Amino acid sequence: MSRYAAMFERLGGEGAFGAFVMLGDPDLQSSARLLDALVEGGADMIEVGIPFSDPIADGPVIQAAAQRALAAGVRVGDCFELIARFRERHADVPVGILTYANLVVARGGFMRDAAEAGADSLLIADVPTIEAERFTQEMTQAGIEPVLIAAGNTPDAALRRIAGLSKAYTYCASRAGITGTHAGGQFDSAITAKLRRFGAPPPVFGFGISTPEHVRAALDAGARGVICGSAIVDCAARGGDVAGLVRTLKAATRERLAPAMN
Amino acid sequence: MRLSGRFGRFGGCYVPEILVPALEQLEAAFLDAQDDPAFAAELNDLLANYAGRPTPLTRCRNLPGNIYLKREDLLHGGAHKTNQVLAQALLARRMGKTRLIAETGAGQHGVATAIAGALLGFDTVIYMGAEDVERQKLNVFRMELMGATVVPVEAGGRTLKDAINEALRDWSASFETTHYLLGTAAGPHPFPTMVREFQRVIGREARAQMLDQLGQLPDAVVACVGGGSNAIGLFADFFDDDVRLIGVEAAGKGLHGDEHGATLLCGTPGILHGAETLVLEDDDGQIADTWSVSAGLDYPAVGPEHAFLKESGRAEYVGATDTEALAAFKLLAEQEGILCAFESAHAIAHALKLAEAEPDSAILVGLSGRGDKDVSQAQALLG
Repeated sequence: MSRYAAMFERLGGEGAFGAFVMLGDPDLQSSARLLDALVEGGADMIEVGIPFSDPIADGPVIQAAAQRALAAGVRVGDCFELIARFRERHADVPVGILTYANLVVARGGFMRDAAEAGADSLLIADVPTIEAERFTQEMTQAGIEPVLIAAGNTPDAALRRIAGLSKAYTYCASRAGITGTHAGGQFDSAITAKLRRFGAPPPVFGFGISTPEHVRAALDAGARGVICGSAIVDCAARGGDVAGLVRTLKAATRERLAPAMN
Repeated sequence: MRLSGRFGRFGGCYVPEILVPALEQLEAAFLDAQDDPAFAAELNDLLANYAGRPTPLTRCRNLPGNIYLKREDLLHGGAHKTNQVLAQALLARRMGKTRLIAETGAGQHGVATAIAGALLGFDTVIYMGAEDVERQKLNVFRMELMGATVVPVEAGGRTLKDAINEALRDWSASFETTHYLLGTAAGPHPFPTMVREFQRVIGREARAQMLDQLGQLPDAVVACVGGGSNAIGLFADFFDDDVRLIGVEAAGKGLHGDEHGATLLCGTPGILHGAETLVLEDDDGQIADTWSVSAGLDYPAVGPEHAFLKESGRAEYVGATDTEALAAFKLLAEQEGILCAFESAHAIAHALKLAEAEPDSAILVGLSGRGDKDVSQAQALLG
């Protein structure tokens, strides 16, 4: 059983809390400590960005994080090394990579290296379903679970393809636009219901998750979990209590039992 | 999507899922408009009676060899950009959009978009790298005079690629009301195909004008390539002819270092701004900073069809350095009384080399824009 499947099984009806950070932000050592702080705060799954020079799906907070990492000289190989060391310390916590297509195609064997480092899934922000198949095939061969994004405007035909191609979880964008903490999302139960009907992996809301209210709203809309990114990255950049923030948001996933899937 | 959007292994539609419906809507609107005589009639009327088509074909009187210039510098707005901007703005209206966004480097595409926004009544927002806003103050003011809002982009290297990133970010939240009026034959499908078709008029006219003036087709067709819209527009009607097609990239301070914009000559296959194409990048795939004296060629990717034309061998690509382009800029001004854009000067520079090697060849050059925007920079560099 994959680490994601084991996690969802262990959580039962409790929502999964995914915490996102940019690898190498602001440097490799701090980044390793930050990953541990996420687990300490109670994150169920860790999502990590590999910094790219031109992140078109990201707002100012995540852009700045990527730029800090790149300015510190962080390479893709360093990011795999961070994941490998994390995996030695935390055997069971699922780790998903979120990055951009050019980094994936530039490195022969990106998926294999990701799998060997101990990553569990890969989401490529600028690969939509119509371009996804060659990537998901390679991921599957390498033992990495593909994750695709479903958005509120995604037509049913594309949602069916997403259901067919995704493995670990389905990333539901709670609103249009880019990542960032300014606006909360629209947590629409229509999309989680459709994904369930099409047999997609568990829907997890991302974009616009920064308060316990957002977490509750996402779970109320039928999600099996949430991913919080910009709020955590922003907190870390300000030197705030990241484990405390994760603890607060994670607590909201225990307040109610999410509707059972499948 | 109804078309494949591929040019051999290049092209495609690499955007966040959220933008796919917007691109599907755009493709449908484009294909429907292609079959609609009313669309063609309105566009042709604008091109003729507003923008000034057809543009002349000028045989150089004093430059060596046998050089013909396709005079897109004489188009309203001062560059070939206006051709496809008017077409896309009509498409935007057809789709019921009320707002236009665009990226710009030196400002030519921003100016063209501001023109269309003023004429057809759109709210217009132009993203421009903060570095370029500083360098091109006059063009910023031009855009503002025509009612556009210019947003300086502080992210990244603060130039053209960062402006495209920011426009894509805007569009991913605003696509319901907003058309992203991409300025070149690059980006995700359907832009490369659509922009080529809207710029094809350059080559169609030039081909007929060559036959009319010279009685034969040119031996070589030469155009500068940044994103590649003027080159693809000039080349497209010559694809089936026995004519050499030559794209000229910015060799900047020389191809041996990193300070150039020669994507086709030095790039590797990658994915940037929605397309699989050639890109300038490091070993990890981080996009490189580029350099050219001409902001319009200062771009680390290129339209995917050019990557395909290079790979298939149908077109050849060469470089011209900053120094060569400036010399050509000066010579064209002195000998022919034409101030061309620094971008176009790269094409002139290569045409001069070709004319020296083959004095009898008829060479058609795309003079993609006029040089007014570059005069103060030229004064600093040549004065």
